[in-house]
This record gives sequence, structure tokens and C-alpha cells, in this order.
Amino acid sequence: MTTVTDASTVHGSRITWAIVDTWVVARRHLLHLVRRPDELLGTLMIPVMAVAMFGFVFGEAFGVAMDVPGAEYREFLLPGLFALTMAFGIGNTTISVAEDVRGGVLDRMRSLPMSPVAVLAGRALADMILAVVELGILLALGTLFGWQAHLGLGGVVAALGLLVLLRLAFSWVGILLGLLVSGPEAAMKYFALVFPLAMVADTIVPTDLMPGWLSIPAAWNPLSSTVIATRELFGNGVVPATTWVGEHAMTMAVAWPVAIIAVCLPLAMVRLRRLGR
Amino acid sequence: MITDEPAIWTQGLRKSYPGRGAALDGIDLAVPAGTVHGLLGPNGAGKTTTVRILATLAGFDAGQAWVAGRNVARDRAGVRARIGVAGQYAAVDGVLSGRQNLEMFARLHRMRAKAARQRADELLERFDLVEAAGRPVRGYSGGMRRRLDLAVSLIRSPRVLFLDEPTTGLDPRSRIEVWDAVRELASSGTTVLLTTQYLEEADRLCSRITMVDRGRVVAEGSPEELKASVGGRDLDEAFLLITEGA
Ligand SMILES: Nc1ncnc2c1ncn2[C@@H]1O[C@H](COP(=O)(O)OP(=O)(O)OP(=O)(O)O)[C@@H](O)[C@H]1O
Ligand SMILES: [Mg+2]
Repeated sequence: MTTVTDASTVHGSRITWAIVDTWVVARRHLLHLVRRPDELLGTLMIPVMAVAMFGFVFGEAFGVAMDVPGAEYREFLLPGLFALTMAFGIGNTTISVAEDVRGGVLDRMRSLPMSPVAVLAGRALADMILAVVELGILLALGTLFGWQAHLGLGGVVAALGLLVLLRLAFSWVGILLGLLVSGPEAAMKYFALVFPLAMVADTIVPTDLMPGWLSIPAAWNPLSSTVIATRELFGNGVVPATTWVGEHAMTMAVAWPVAIIAVCLPLAMVRLRRLGR
Repeated sequence: MITDEPAIWTQGLRKSYPGRGAALDGIDLAVPAGTVHGLLGPNGAGKTTTVRILATLAGFDAGQAWVAGRNVARDRAGVRARIGVAGQYAAVDGVLSGRQNLEMFARLHRMRAKAARQRADELLERFDLVEAAGRPVRGYSGGMRRRLDLAVSLIRSPRVLFLDEPTTGLDPRSRIEVWDAVRELASSGTTVLLTTQYLEEADRLCSRITMVDRGRVVAEGSPEELKASVGGRDLDEAFLLITEGA
């Protein structure tokens, strides 16, 4: 029997290891996408369809309701769809984590001398990389439909940063949910809950067109802050804010994701430790 | 470190799952280093629960547990660095290929990329998976999956190896291959704790056997001693008599 010599092992600090292990786990999830490209197509389908449906089918009608031409509504819409795509990623994350719980891969990783946080953070990193790809495709698609960023590259980069940060937060929500649900089937069953999260927000319909009781949760939806902030950074016609959260959208677009991660990450780690007891 | 201390040692191990009675009701184990020890018992006896606790995957309510000289409750990282686990169901990534699985887990065992590739090659060879190495694991037969799972648990040549029903669902040829692998590991100094429903397997492989039933140890000894205790009958009968008498 061959014994592995110590020269083959790499030494390093805990943080270095957490980063290396996170990358190894993230790589696994990205390899899944390479091996099953239909899944990537599946995730991209939602925003692409949304651009088509909301941009063109409902777009003219919404434009009329908002008293603006359809093209102008699409200017307004695209940043909303970017954030909406980040929210829809929750489904994928939850199902993937639930599958790993079911299939025992998570248990196997827990029995290894690897960084415990990397077991989950790998999923989050893969989600962020995936988010960059999705956003790239959406930007291209939006440009094709006449959407434009008016404030230069700096604004675009900052906006994309906020969107990826939002996805990171939702990724930790999905990871926590994936550890809590009874299995991937349950995760699929509850997927529809993403719709209110994604749409009771300043994404597709401006909140001031919503009934009063709905406009409050919509304004406080973390998506809204990111959408308003990115509209500002892209220079896509900002509707004057009427609420405190609306006025502080830029700050809240950072504060919300940070707060969500601060809650979900430790809870997910506790749940991971207690899995199967 | 004292070398003659048991590689696995538990005393009064107790555990209950929320809303259920005790799954383990005081398990005592002492497994000398370099031996193959059998954990035998009917369905629901507590075999998997015991293995999961010792492999740091589940907590326990009372008692003590030491693995490879490390306290299981206090030094999880220390235990994890010294063990290998192959659970009751193969825990490998179905989408990745066999080679990708081995390389990924080797990297997570903190091997360098090159060493990980070499180790994957060795293990693929040893478990007769070279031909299937590039195919996604979900296309493997049950036996191939188990062999891959076993290969993954051996990546770092663990001091203590836990095998939960390693041959369930294997054809006779694969079963003999697994047996050979276990013997080879034991002869190279690895301590193996294996659970099984097959008495023949325990008889052939294990130097000592602990019989458990409803979370308690009902008998302990070498296969010969257990057979002798019920009047020289075979292990199957011994098993039935002992678990019924408990
Ligand atoms: N996650 C769990 N939640 C609740 N009860 C559990 C859980 N896992 C096991 N049990 C219960 O604990 C007891 C022991 O189960 P365990 O899986 O350890 O038995 P086993 O000896 O491995 O059985 P088998 O031969 O069927 O694999 C059983 O009564 C089982 O129902
Ligand atoms: Mg079992």
C-alpha cells in the first residue's frame, strides 16, 4: 500500500486553506455546469424570457400606465431584470445544496480535514462566477434591445459589483434553505416563493404604481435598493424617491446584502454542524 | 503517544434522536490498532449511528469516544485528519467522472494538484476503474460506485477506516475485491471498523466482533468465541440466538 509522503501536502494558514478549499469546491460546481450545460441554459432562460415578455409584450402597456414610451420603459426595466435574475438564482442554489445533503457528498466533505466554511462557501463562489456570466449575457442582450448605460464604464462596474453582492447574499439564503428543506423536491415545490421576492420590488413595475399596502414591503425589499442604486449608476432615469429606503438606496444596496450574509452564513454553519443529528 | 492504546475506544456511548427513544444506549468498544473489528447487528441496531458519531458526523448525548488517540467530541479536526469513511450509501458526485471525484477529494485532503492526480491514478488502477475513469459516475453500476467510494475513503491512507456495510449490493467478485482490500489495509497497519449484515463476512475478516441490538452491546468476542458461546453452531445461529435472547 502506498503511503502519501508529506512532500505532497501543502501547508498554510487557516485562511489560506479556507480560500483554497473554497475554490476546489466552487470548481466542482462549475464542472457540473460544463457537464450539464442545459442547467446553465435553464437559469438563463428566465431573464431572457423576462426581457422578451416584459420588454415587449407588457412593455407597451406598462409604458402607457407610466406615461412613457415603450423604449423608455425598457431603459427602466433592464436594471430591474438584472436584480431579478440574481434573485431567481436562489432556486438553483437551494436545490444544489439539498441534493448534496441527500447524496451524502456534504457528509463526506464534513468528514474531511478541510475548512468547514469552504464546504458551503464553494457554492457561494460558484454562484458569484455564474452571476458574472449571466450578467454579461444580459448586458449584451439589453444592448441589443436598445438599452444603454449612460454614465460610463465606472458606473457599469460599480453596478455589476452591487448585483454580484446581491447574488452572494441570496446565495447564502439559498444555502441555508438547502440545509433546512427535507430534500430537493421540497426545494422545487417552494420555488414559486421567489416570484413575490423578485416582483414585489422596484423591478418590473415602479412601486408607486402598486397598491399602497404593497408599496411598503416593495420599497423595503432588498432588491429594490439594488435596482434603484444600479439605475442611478447606469443613468437609467431614476424615479424620485418618496421613502427613506428609496432615498438611501446606494447605502442600502450594500447594507442589505451585508446584513443578509451576516445572518445566513453563521446560521448555515450551525445547521451544517448539526446535520443528521 | 502510547502505541498499545486502542485505535477506537468508546465507553457508555449514548444518543437519542429528537422525538425517539435511544438509538444508542451505552455502547462500549475497544478496537486494538491494526485490527479489523466487526459491528454486527440487525436493522436499526445502531451500527450506522455509531459509525457516524466516531467519524465526527453526528454528536452524542453521553459517554466518551476516542479515535486514533483523539477525543471525538473535543478534537474533530484531529479525528478527521486520521480517518477515512465509506458510508452505507456511496457518497460520490454523480455528475463528475470517477477521476474528477478522486482528484477533487484528494485536493480537499490538501494534496498538491500533481500528487492528487497521481493518487487518483493509483486508486483507479487498484479498484479496477481505469476504463470507467472518464465517465460520469451516475452511469456506474452499484458495485463500481461502491468501489469508487471506497477508493475515495482511502485517499490519505487513513489510520482508522470506517466502513458501513461495504459489500451490501456487491456481486461476489466485487465483494472478494473489497475483502482483499480490507485485509491488505489491515496488514499495513490500518485499523478497520466495519459494519455488516453478512455473518460470513464478519467471520472471514474480523478478528473480533461486537454484536449490537437496539443500541446495546449484546455480545463481544472473536468469531470462534461467539460460535462456542452458543454450542459450536455457526455464526448465523449464534447471531439469532444472541439477538433474540437479548
Ligand atoms: N436521522 C435520524 N433521525 C431519527 N432517527 C434515526 C436517524 N438515524 C437513525 N435513526 C434511528 O436510530 C436507530 C438506529 O439506526 P441506525 O441507522 O444506526 O441502525 P443500523 O444498525 O445502521 O441499521 P441498518 O442495518 O438498517 O443500516 C433506528 O431506530 C433508526 O430509526
Ligand atoms: Mg446502517
